[in-house]
Amino acid sequence: MSKHVVVIGGGVAGLEVAGQLSRAGIEVSLIEKESKTGGHLNNWHRLFPDRRNSIEVKEYLDGMTHNQRIILLTNTTIERFNRNKGHFSITTNEGRELTADAVIVATGFDLFKSARKEEYGYGIYDNVITSADLEEMFRTGKITLANGSVPDTIGIVHCVGSRDEKVGNFYCSKLCCVTAVKQAVELREYLPESKVFCFYMDMRMGGAFYEELYREAQEKWGVSFIRGKVSEASETIENKLLIKVEDTLAGRPLKMKLDMLVLMAGMEMSEGGEKIAGLGGLNTGENRFFAAADNHFGSNKSNIEGVFFAGTCTAPMNITETISHARAAVVEVIDYLKDGK
Amino acid sequence: MKFDPFIIPFNIGLYFILIYVVTRSVIWFRDLSKPDKLRLQRGFFGIAFGLSLKEIFMESLIHRKILKTNFRLGYMHMSLAFGWFLLILFGTIEADIFSAKHLNAPYKAIFFRFFNPNHGRTSFESAYGFLMDLILAFILSGLFLAVAKRIYSKIVGMKKTTRLKIIDKIALTSLWLIFPSRLLAESFTCGAYGTGSFLTGSLGAWLATFLPAQQMAYPFWWLYSISLGTFFILLPITRYMHIPTELFLIFMRNSGIKTGDQAGTYSEVQTYSCSSCGICLDSCQLNFSAGITNIQSAYLMKAIRNNNDVSEIAHNCLMCGRCDQKCPVGIELSQIRMIQRRGDETENDFRNIYKGYFRSRQTNISEKTNGSSNYNFLQETDHGKADILYFAGCMSHLTPAIKNSMIKILDASEVKYNFIDEQGGVCCGRPLMLAGQDKEARELINFNSQMIWKSGAHTLVTSCPICYKVFKESYYLDVEVLHHTQFIKRLIDDGSVKMNFLHKKVVYHSPCDLGRGSGVYDEPKEVLGYVSRLERSNFEDGNSLCCGGSLANMKISSTDKKKIALDAANELTKNNPDILATACPLCKKTFSSVTATRVADISEIVAEALVGKSIKINNGSHINSIKALANI
Amino acid sequence: MDKFGYTISKERQIDYDSNNRGVASYIFEKEPSFRLCIECGGCSATCTTASFTDFSLRELNILIKRGENDQVRQNLKKCMLCGKCTLVCPRGVNTRNIVVLAIKAFQKSDNYEI
Ligand SMILES: Cc1cc2nc3c(=O)[nH]c(=O)nc-3n(C[C@H](O)[C@H](O)[C@H](O)COP(=O)(O)OP(=O)(O)OC[C@H]3O[C@@H](n4cnc5c(N)ncnc54)[C@H](O)[C@@H]3O)c2cc1C
Ligand code: SF4
Ligand code: SF4
Ligand code: SF4
Ligand code: SF4
Ligand code: SF4
Repeated sequence: MSKHVVVIGGGVAGLEVAGQLSRAGIEVSLIEKESKTGGHLNNWHRLFPDRRNSIEVKEYLDGMTHNQRIILLTNTTIERFNRNKGHFSITTNEGRELTADAVIVATGFDLFKSARKEEYGYGIYDNVITSADLEEMFRTGKITLANGSVPDTIGIVHCVGSRDEKVGNFYCSKLCCVTAVKQAVELREYLPESKVFCFYMDMRMGGAFYEELYREAQEKWGVSFIRGKVSEASETIENKLLIKVEDTLAGRPLKMKLDMLVLMAGMEMSEGGEKIAGLGGLNTGENRFFAAADNHFGSNKSNIEGVFFAGTCTAPMNITETISHARAAVVEVIDYLKDGK
Repeated sequence: MKFDPFIIPFNIGLYFILIYVVTRSVIWFRDLSKPDKLRLQRGFFGIAFGLSLKEIFMESLIHRKILKTNFRLGYMHMSLAFGWFLLILFGTIEADIFSAKHLNAPYKAIFFRFFNPNHGRTSFESAYGFLMDLILAFILSGLFLAVAKRIYSKIVGMKKTTRLKIIDKIALTSLWLIFPSRLLAESFTCGAYGTGSFLTGSLGAWLATFLPAQQMAYPFWWLYSISLGTFFILLPITRYMHIPTELFLIFMRNSGIKTGDQAGTYSEVQTYSCSSCGICLDSCQLNFSAGITNIQSAYLMKAIRNNNDVSEIAHNCLMCGRCDQKCPVGIELSQIRMIQRRGDETENDFRNIYKGYFRSRQTNISEKTNGSSNYNFLQETDHGKADILYFAGCMSHLTPAIKNSMIKILDASEVKYNFIDEQGGVCCGRPLMLAGQDKEARELINFNSQMIWKSGAHTLVTSCPICYKVFKESYYLDVEVLHHTQFIKRLIDDGSVKMNFLHKKVVYHSPCDLGRGSGVYDEPKEVLGYVSRLERSNFEDGNSLCCGGSLANMKISSTDKKKIALDAANELTKNNPDILATACPLCKKTFSSVTATRVADISEIVAEALVGKSIKINNGSHINSIKALANI
Repeated sequence: MDKFGYTISKERQIDYDSNNRGVASYIFEKEPSFRLCIECGGCSATCTTASFTDFSLRELNILIKRGENDQVRQNLKKCMLCGKCTLVCPRGVNTRNIVVLAIKAFQKSDNYEI
């Protein structure tokens, strides 16, 4: 008899998991709370490190999951989640009962709510936006200020909601530095007249081709990098944004008037994930993401046998890592089901 | 019988304590300032004296305030204090009526039964004996609670009980022994003579059935006398010194003497008046939220009495004033703590018996400054003239929503105002004061005063309760100082601004420096009630919580701050309000980092409710429609 | 042989080995969060005093840690203890306490107590 696995969350990780499992002959129910799959990928325009269009990745994932073994349940969430005698019984919000041999949680991340860093003025000053907002602007191809004009000087603030004990997030979101660099480059591409400044605490360019992109940003696109944490932004009479920062390398405070401020919002455990953690009794860590059973050789395993994790619900990851992590989860599941449980 | 050697310990103790108290009072009086001496003299012959007698009766004997906060604890204190008082009073009367002589020496009353073993045979005598037994039973019931409190402090409804040092333990033991030994001594005597009332009589009769009552009585009379003597001799160096001292405190307070900002007689009298009741421990959030259990006021008072170095304790406090508000003795705890902050570190003075009895008072010579100005870099700026000045305060620059809302409100009210620290200002000086650096604070105060004075304004509005308090109390200015909630209240009252009603459930958190610190409780709530559905919480007005972010505590770690903030926010948001409203940028910042409920300053809520001439809205713009997508 | 070759000007270098880091140790002990600073400059960016005069709390902190005490002493007292820096610091460094402790530590080192 073929086995049945429920996958919760239809983002990059969930789609990859579902596709790979179905290829291995396993029946999959993919539960997605939104009306369409893809998760955050849908919001991004072009992807780092190579600035390819995000649609290409989405097409790959869709190709993987167009498959008879996968039942896709969109607009669906889970209300009950029980384990008995090695099986899982799951009840959806629409009252549908599912029985599964294993469960993969791929509930992803939520973007840090930037209004919580009130000193940066998101939601207060019109021309303060987040990295996600900027992606949306890139998608519409229109980058304008509230008064309709084109921004001339743009500041990018790193580490908004990450590495900040004030919001309770000690960790680094790992890919906002490279996103900042990517967006800086794109801004310069779209608006050749503009000047772009990145305000960083540390440049964490640890992924494949990240450092190269950083170099390109300096060399080809003339992006300026200033080391210092922006402490606050205010609005001037002429509707400019005045930021305060210390240029720590020059050792002097620096004031700068900008037209637009882009906040590199970090990644947090998703609300949807927290709900699942509560329903299923799954452990979460100090950073609130799901806690893997082992940091080295069990990053897909949870504290409950038969429940596995895939993707950014365990830690910040880029798409490459998310897909690798999802495939690793598939290996774990197949291994688990093979044991005849 | 006229005399017996067993009374000697008692007599020594009694005369010692009497002489000590007189000497001490003379020293206290001598150290008072001239005006305070006059106040005291006037008080003695005026209404203050009567008031004090009444208060002494209500607070030192009945313990009305403790009874109100915690009935069992109050009963314990009352039965011991009031009971003992009655026992002495009626004992003296008893000795007076039933002895051959009048005006007997005190020991005659205290050990009445020993000298009159046959007393109690006539009906009047036995009725009186019944009364005396009743009083003794009353005291013993309180004593029972006190012992139980030590063993298991929950019985009296207290979460924490004050910690004791060794001398206190001896004194405590002698105190505990006084009444049981009296009971047994009297009972054995009664048992031997077949006298006594329901308590001593019955217990005595029963004991006599299997014990040689006649022989047993004598050692207990010795024990009774020794316990009393020991207790009296140790009294000055233990917390029980509060018993006589509190009488002075009440009288001094009623005579109008104030604490002042340096150590002196009155602050010392207050430190000695602390009864270690422990009520301040239970009110302190550092204790119940952050588990910091060694800095509370009771411990501060004790450390001062013991000549310990208190600088660490003095600074590790939110200065929230919760304990101040609750202290049943009415000690001005915050002010005493501030005196300690102004002083410098003192050497730990390990117990020297003489110093225990006559403590050297710490004098505050602020040698923290080097005499030269620290802030001579400040340059005068000209802001021009205005009727109303708006001072957002340092913290408000990190909460732009408050700043912006105030601008909206000020614009809408059409008053002529000047936003003096729009580009950032100079600190108001209160944080330095809280750190005990008054001289440095004065420099900032003078600088700011100059600027305010030059503007010719008649009103100064501020968004920050910390600034508000210092503007009101320590700036000598000819302008009216308003917190923005008071200012908004006025605008509403005189119809200068129109507002919609927001159908939102709001709970109000009263900031420490605005509420308990400055007594502004009503205006914020009235404003909120006017624009929204204001709900009550369990922590209102004087009982408000501290958000934990207080600038006054320079020692606390950010983790402990968060614990306090989290507990407080959880309490306030118990009924799931839409908004947790406050009136302070610091409270706002502190709370918003720990709760998912929306935290907003009153000015923001008011700005949201403003009708008409509303400020530029760019909701239709591309940038804002994109942000709406991301639904912040 | 010893006198031969290049000499490096004393002023240029932080002489870590011979600098007196007693002040830093004193602060480390009393305020452990002193260790948490990552030199982000948030404190000095928001600083009330820094908008009027040459003053950087971040710089003071690092100089104390390196034992470059002479550059620090006079400046410390410019701080108004307003507390903005504490509200901004992403590492939860108890900045104001460091200022107060540093002032105290300098007094103590003058009295040869540390
Ligand atoms: C600003 C930004 C830009 C980025 N740009 C790039 C880039 O250029 N290149 C790159 O490699 N990576 C990029 N990333 C990273 C990339 O977005 C992630 O690696 C990827 O989205 C992770 O996929 P995921 O499936 O783990 O999570 P998600 O994309 O968050 O998907 C999770 C899915 O689960 C669903 N879900 C959640 N809870 C429940 C529930 N309880 N029930 C049902 N469904 C639920 C959600 O609706 C969502 O569809 C970027 C990240 C950010 C923040
Ligand atoms: S990746 Fe860069 S911007 Fe993002 S949290 Fe880490 S250091 Fe900050
Ligand atoms: S300070 Fe006041 S409340 Fe605290 S123990 Fe003393 S008397 Fe009681
Ligand atoms: S003022 Fe507040 S923090 Fe300080 S001891 Fe009293 S209750 Fe505790
Ligand atoms: S407390 Fe001192 S260092 Fe911190 S912001 Fe205020 S003035 Fe600057
Ligand atoms: S804000 Fe904190 S971490 Fe950053 S430099 Fe200042 S003290 Fe260090």
